[in-house]
Amino acid sequence: MANPLALYTHYVSISLRSQMQYRVSFLLGTLGQLFSTGVEFIGILALFDRFGSLNQWTLAEVAFFYGIVNVAFAVTDMLSRGFDHVGQLVRSGEFDRMLLRPRSTVLQLIGQEFTLKRLGRFLQGGAVLLWAALYLDIDWSPSVAALTVITVCCGACFFLGLFINIGTVSFWTTETLELMNVLTYGGIEASKYPLAIYRAWFRRFFTMVIPMGCVTYFPVVAILGRSDPLGTSLAFQYLAPLFGLFYFILSLFIWRIGLRHYRSTGS
Amino acid sequence: MPHILVDNIVKTFRIAQRRPGLWGALHGVVRREYRTIKALDRVSFELEPGELVGYIGPNGAGKSTTVKVLSGILVPDSGRCEIDGRIPWRNRISNAANIGVVFGQRTQLWWDLPVIESFDLLRDIYRIENGDYLRARDELAVLMDLEPLYDVPVRQLSLGQRMRCDLAAALLHAPSVLFLDEPTIGLDAVSKLAVRDFIKRLNRDRGVTVVLTTHDMDDIEALCDRVMVIGHGRILSDSTLDDLRTRVTRERRLIIDLLDEGQAIEDPDVTFISRNGNRVHLQFDPDRVPTAALISRITAKYAIKDLFVENPPIEEIISRLYDEHELR
Repeated sequence: MANPLALYTHYVSISLRSQMQYRVSFLLGTLGQLFSTGVEFIGILALFDRFGSLNQWTLAEVAFFYGIVNVAFAVTDMLSRGFDHVGQLVRSGEFDRMLLRPRSTVLQLIGQEFTLKRLGRFLQGGAVLLWAALYLDIDWSPSVAALTVITVCCGACFFLGLFINIGTVSFWTTETLELMNVLTYGGIEASKYPLAIYRAWFRRFFTMVIPMGCVTYFPVVAILGRSDPLGTSLAFQYLAPLFGLFYFILSLFIWRIGLRHYRSTGS
Repeated sequence: MPHILVDNIVKTFRIAQRRPGLWGALHGVVRREYRTIKALDRVSFELEPGELVGYIGPNGAGKSTTVKVLSGILVPDSGRCEIDGRIPWRNRISNAANIGVVFGQRTQLWWDLPVIESFDLLRDIYRIENGDYLRARDELAVLMDLEPLYDVPVRQLSLGQRMRCDLAAALLHAPSVLFLDEPTIGLDAVSKLAVRDFIKRLNRDRGVTVVLTTHDMDDIEALCDRVMVIGHGRILSDSTLDDLRTRVTRERRLIIDLLDEGQAIEDPDVTFISRNGNRVHLQFDPDRVPTAALISRITAKYAIKDLFVENPPIEEIISRLYDEHELR
């Protein structure tokens, strides 16, 4: 008898095997991810080479933000492909097939594809993070280490919540709206830099409406052991990642509303 | 408590109306106009365990909407519906574990996977105990000769092979009801017979309730005692095939092979339908003239090689029923 985790593992093993059938494609995809994210980071390096620092944030500190976000996002990216396809699944009628199965639709969508080539992003993010962690003089107390792990996990949950939102919107539009990418990819890009460098309205939007800042900026400030230019307390910085988890849970509720809409309209 | 209860189910859809042209498309973004369609209009029926029912109707009549409501995909506007005491849309997951659904036009197997791996995955999706799973799989494999197909990726299967695998896939979890949506569509004659034979045995030997949607009247004739006809979202007829026949038309066909080609048969009680060489198709009403009397009258008058009496084909019965309800 398979619990959700066992079923998920089964989905992953199938997805991996089918990706391994096209080994060259997988290798090129992974290398492509590695290079494209690598070039992105070289862009940051170039900027710092020219300007030295960014509002008192050093290159290594920004690299730490960048690494945390990329690692968390890479994890989400491996899991979330299914939610990008909701509109297509609805239009083709394949989504009905998911409703015919005695499993939650979210689990089936997460299981739809485990995108291994995102490993490229994961490795690149991990490398940058490692370099930043070694370069910076971080006090690796158990609580800081735990906070780092929690930040990555909650960050991944938060990003997954965003992709679930995109899938939910497709119940109404039956198209995957490019506009929504402003929130996901745009937001993810923005969160690779310290939140404090942005203007107030932008900061507010990405803390209170979409708690992107909570899951990356505040805890990383605590990990780096520096005072927050935005003036938050250490306790808040430790608790902030939980907003990512809340956002994920909230997005599951919104998903259910979308699902109810789909099941009552059939379109 | 019946096995399947459908009581006054109503389901309407709102379809966005689009005006023609670019201006119309822009208009649609700002303000949409909707047209309401009643897909199901107070549909009611009950099924007992082990029934094999044909569910027929023209395209867009509401057949698949009914199946979607029964399988918990769609929530109806009003009405009651239960399968083994479960309300499909409220207990979607437990209901899904109790039913099997096969769409002839779409596969539920994974396109790139070998058949056996699709089956293994379904074991985990449906939470089937491994022992039960292996028993069910081996049994189905024997019945439909599936073993040679186990290692073939689904995309390489022929339509007939795929349908056999899809039927098996829908039955691994031993559902008590099986919904079949056009299971013989596009199949060659041999595969059609194999699929029909399997459905019949499944129903007879295991008592699985089968609801069969099809446009192929041979399926209905070969399999179903009871036939429900739906049109414009309403059940137009729900009876045995024989009752449906007598209600729509009592007429019989008289088919005669004449000895000489030139002859024409004239009799006040028959109407001429068609002629093909020596073979003449006639129609008569056995209530107006007893069959035996008609035959002896005709054989006395004409030189006849052979003759037989037939029911009109089921297609014709159904098409008359559709005409009666102005379904075309």
